[in-house]
Amino acid sequence: MPIDMSDNWPVIRTAGYDGFLVSFGDSLSETANRAALAFRAALEGAGWGGVKECSTSLVSTYVRFDPLAEDHEALRSKLDELLQTRDWYAVALPKGRRLWRVPTVFGGNSGPQLDEAAKVAGMTAKEAIASISSTRVRVQTIGFAPGMPYLGELPKGWDIPRQTELTAKVPAGGLCVAIRQLVLFPVSTPTGWRHIGQSAVKLFRPETDEPFLLRPGDEVEFHPVSVEELAEHQNDPNGGATCEVIS
Amino acid sequence: MNRSLIVHRAGPGVSVQDLGRAGYLAFGLSRGGAADRLALYEGAALLGQSETLAALELASIGGEFEASEDIRIALTGGRMRALVDGEKIAWNASYMLTKGQTLSIGAAEAGSYGYLHIGGGIATPEVLGGRSSHQAAGLGASLVSGQHLAIGADTQGETGMTLVSDTRYTGGTVRIVKSLQTDFFAPSEIARFEATEFRRDTRGNRMGVRVLSDGQGFKSDAGLSVLSEVIVPGDIQITGDGTPFVLLSECQTTGGYPRIGSVLPADLPKVAQAQPGATLRFVFVSLSQAVEIERREKACRGGLRGKVEPLIRDPRSIPDLLSYQLIGGMSAGDEFEKDNT
Repeated sequence: MPIDMSDNWPVIRTAGYDGFLVSFGDSLSETANRAALAFRAALEGAGWGGVKECSTSLVSTYVRFDPLAEDHEALRSKLDELLQTRDWYAVALPKGRRLWRVPTVFGGNSGPQLDEAAKVAGMTAKEAIASISSTRVRVQTIGFAPGMPYLGELPKGWDIPRQTELTAKVPAGGLCVAIRQLVLFPVSTPTGWRHIGQSAVKLFRPETDEPFLLRPGDEVEFHPVSVEELAEHQNDPNGGATCEVIS
Repeated sequence: MNRSLIVHRAGPGVSVQDLGRAGYLAFGLSRGGAADRLALYEGAALLGQSETLAALELASIGGEFEASEDIRIALTGGRMRALVDGEKIAWNASYMLTKGQTLSIGAAEAGSYGYLHIGGGIATPEVLGGRSSHQAAGLGASLVSGQHLAIGADTQGETGMTLVSDTRYTGGTVRIVKSLQTDFFAPSEIARFEATEFRRDTRGNRMGVRVLSDGQGFKSDAGLSVLSEVIVPGDIQITGDGTPFVLLSECQTTGGYPRIGSVLPADLPKVAQAQPGATLRFVFVSLSQAVEIERREKACRGGLRGKVEPLIRDPRSIPDLLSYQLIGGMSAGDEFEKDNT
């Protein structure tokens, strides 16, 4: 039995006046994140009438609906029934997810806190780059800013805290690390995460047909390149990243 | 020539707003849209057009505008001082602004957000299915002097109409429901929260407003180790120092501060409109009560058009009312109050 599957999970709670949250745990784990992604896919597949919108957070699936069209108790029962249909912790991830390979410059001016992050994680800078670039991470959720992915999970050594002081400015496309997760920033921002690398991907392009580069559930690998190699991708909105559908 | 509203001057909080962009939560983009959604319905009722058309939201202070040709306008939301070519005009009403006339809108006299609606709506290009500016997401630029804002075709012609002003501009009691993390707070904390009179802080924007109280801060049993979860507009998050923050339309989509409850959509305009210093109290209602409240609210919104009446009935619309000899000096009009004090 997966570690999350205690007697208490999953739970259904209301979220505001017009939402339900189905949570698969109270701490981040690979299985709970997978369950949330799979449950959202099932919900969208079900196409229930009163449902307006679904999304996932790290370990939960959120449903917004119109309580004037479908009452709370009726939707709660339907959610409960759908939950009972299978073991969501064991369900395969949704189809149509993609694998992105993102050219990334690690360290130097492009990742000024790589050495520091590596030290906190008990590695050399070289080991840190090898560890991160060889780990295929999943978009666990998108939030904080439009198109901004939380990616995980990194090996145990990367369970390092966020900084107490903020890094004043990480540029758009910046790759940062903390608590076994990576984040990629769509816009320049101050952050408590350590800035270890730089990509040229544009995560949020509101004027285009594909406004968000990544979707929840996509997988990502960060491939080390030189500053010069990355510069070649500066005019490419995908920043040289390649994409294939995971079969 | 394209119909447009010429912006001569605009306060820093003037932005194009509509009902927002729903459906992008999964991608980290909150709905956004007007801080006071009801005002968009009021403007639509006054102009006899759709509430989905975009208007100008005026945060605390307005600006100076001119019409490129005759256009219909309506003013709703928090009352602001408004003048057409120097003549004061009443709020909550519709007018014809003729070509070349200047509309000046000053500081808020009630509430925090006023709205300037245009017949045909503001027709700036749509991005992601909406026109509303969403500062946190970098959508929609700030207005600049000299800018010409495109206006859509106006299919109606009625002006000189008014709606009786609503009472949502002075704070008061706000109805809330329990939400996913309410149980993280001990019953005694929840009771204290309900019994507390809050003041809206000066800190506040389209993302949310902070509310202050004299007592100690509020604490959840979960401390600060709460996993980030979905945020919806109306959620009341308790920040690290125990101060509540009511989240509005442009809030983030996820957050790690525990939330003690969630304001009903019907009462969210009251929170957005409360001026700094206005008192707010929060009272829990059950989900079934909430549904009934929202059902009534929806009916009220739907019935707004039937409540529109000619402006002339409202003495506030008569310019310079005090100069009229209405009762021939027979009474100062305040005897009743005097007799009772």
